[in-house]
Amino acid sequence: MAVPGELRQISDAVWELPVSWKPGMRVPARFYGTRKLIEHFDDGVFEQAANVAMLPGIQKYSLCMPDGHWGYGFPIGGVAAFDPDEGVISPGGIGFDINCGMRLVATNLIYDEVEPHLNRLVDRLFERIPSGVGSTGFVKLTEDEFLTVAEQGSRWCLKNGYALPEDLELTEEQGCMEGADVAKVSRKAVQRGHNQIGTLGSGNHYLELQVARKENIFNPELARAFGITVPDQVVVMYHCGSRGFGHQVATDYLHVLLDVMERVYGIRIIDKELACAPFRSPQGQDYFSAMKCAVNMSFANRQVILHRVREVFSEVFGKSPNDLGIRQVYDVTHNTAKLEEHVIDGTRRRVLIHRKGSTRAFGPGMEGIPERYQPFGQPVIIGGSMETGSYLLAGVAEGEQTFYSTAHGSGRVMSRHSARKKYQGKKLVREMQFRGIYVRTASLRGLAEEAGGAYKDIDAVVRASELAGISTPVVKLTPIGNIKG
Amino acid sequence: MPYTYLDEIAIADVAFEAWAETREGLFVEAGDALMNVMVEGLGSVRPLARRRFHVQARDLERLLFEYLQQFIFFKDAEQLLLRVSDVVITQEAGELGLTAEAAGEKIDPKRHDLNADVKAVTLHRFRIRNEPEGWIATVVLDI
Repeated sequence: MAVPGELRQISDAVWELPVSWKPGMRVPARFYGTRKLIEHFDDGVFEQAANVAMLPGIQKYSLCMPDGHWGYGFPIGGVAAFDPDEGVISPGGIGFDINCGMRLVATNLIYDEVEPHLNRLVDRLFERIPSGVGSTGFVKLTEDEFLTVAEQGSRWCLKNGYALPEDLELTEEQGCMEGADVAKVSRKAVQRGHNQIGTLGSGNHYLELQVARKENIFNPELARAFGITVPDQVVVMYHCGSRGFGHQVATDYLHVLLDVMERVYGIRIIDKELACAPFRSPQGQDYFSAMKCAVNMSFANRQVILHRVREVFSEVFGKSPNDLGIRQVYDVTHNTAKLEEHVIDGTRRRVLIHRKGSTRAFGPGMEGIPERYQPFGQPVIIGGSMETGSYLLAGVAEGEQTFYSTAHGSGRVMSRHSARKKYQGKKLVREMQFRGIYVRTASLRGLAEEAGGAYKDIDAVVRASELAGISTPVVKLTPIGNIKG
Repeated sequence: MPYTYLDEIAIADVAFEAWAETREGLFVEAGDALMNVMVEGLGSVRPLARRRFHVQARDLERLLFEYLQQFIFFKDAEQLLLRVSDVVITQEAGELGLTAEAAGEKIDPKRHDLNADVKAVTLHRFRIRNEPEGWIATVVLDI
């Protein structure tokens, strides 16, 4: 594929497409990545970032993170800030999987202690945390009870014995976005989601056991602050979202907004997946309230999974979760829209930030991150492919250029179909086992689609985000066990 | 097979093209194409539970969209894998109506060779064409 001729290099890892590139662009589009990463971006990324730049009320730049790839409406890795009074809200800037996110949990176990129990631990996690097509969760809720979860998020988990107060403190938004209104959610969404609390889902969703090897600790001070304190420490990382509930909320509002976008608000439809409405409009506000319900459901989903992780570790090692030092490092969302304060052209303003496949990365001292992390910056959890490893990063003071946003993962480079032709699930399981990674999966074919070779080089993504000054690496985490939907 | 998966339209997801001589046939094939993303070997889905569903829309494309969403709905809400045997499309007060007769069974990981969950039907490149040889639909699914 070809990089657009007008793409101009701003610095080592920042590139810009001017407004002249595509008629209608209100602001330039900026792409984060080294030359090599940018050259491998698919065409869709440039087109889609330019389309986002055409939306009313967009501020400064339409941004794309180093793990960017083609998405629906926004590219994956897309970030955009809108003026709340003159700008829009777009489900295509958030994604179908609202509050898809990552959670990282530390233990005080080291690899040598876990290794003899690894297979049993992974087997039990696989049995106890449902995954795969149509799986249902262990938390049985009526539709009414589910609505309470959608309003309260992790607070519901705390009240019902699925959380420790500390877990909420260490979750973005403390596990609950204010203003969730279940009246704005369709019955269909509730019917799809009410039995899915405590499930991983499928596709690229997983739970992984990882090791923080000594040579992979890049910033010992930050690592210590985030609870990575001993060499070869074992951690648990997982990736999942709001399941059928969030998918249906997004689907419902895509049509609601598409119906009024041009007809009522005179906003030209460039791409149906980029449906939007003014943020202050009734439809825009309804979507925002419904989106928050899905955000909260997803926080609750990851929270009850943590409860199960604690139970399984406790069972396998015969010790209490407390004795095993099972402690949440942080939980981040990478598919949301949120009102945040940012300095734009010298003025501090409230803006609506869309992040789609991008993680908030607040720098040290910023409001909204847990007190204990204030001196260090916000932990950022970057999920890599199941073969290559993942990262813990931290937000930095210079992150203002991206409204304090960074990458979210490694980003796909190969289609699911191609990956399935190239890799075989069974062989992959054997090869990974040989390299010390024990995998359990609900689908061998699904596993093949997630092979490491189908993804970008995560090290390059993390290096680019550091080079651009939007986040700093703390520790690379290598997989030893994986459960996949 | 009256549908095929398109390789490079959707890197992270799945795109398919389905075709049939009639509109009704196209809907049946498109339903199977979606179901086949979630489960390999549709023959393993036994017709043990029956569901009849009805959707309405202002045009044929939107009708297909609403129809395909039903398969995702039943999969999540009732954990049912469904195949449609009969589709009737009617004109209803300026709108199109569709009634489908579906049959299938509860997901059973021991019996069904499962693949990936379909999260949503997208509007990306969503299109129905009426060609001399019949009806053709292009659909991209979010995985």
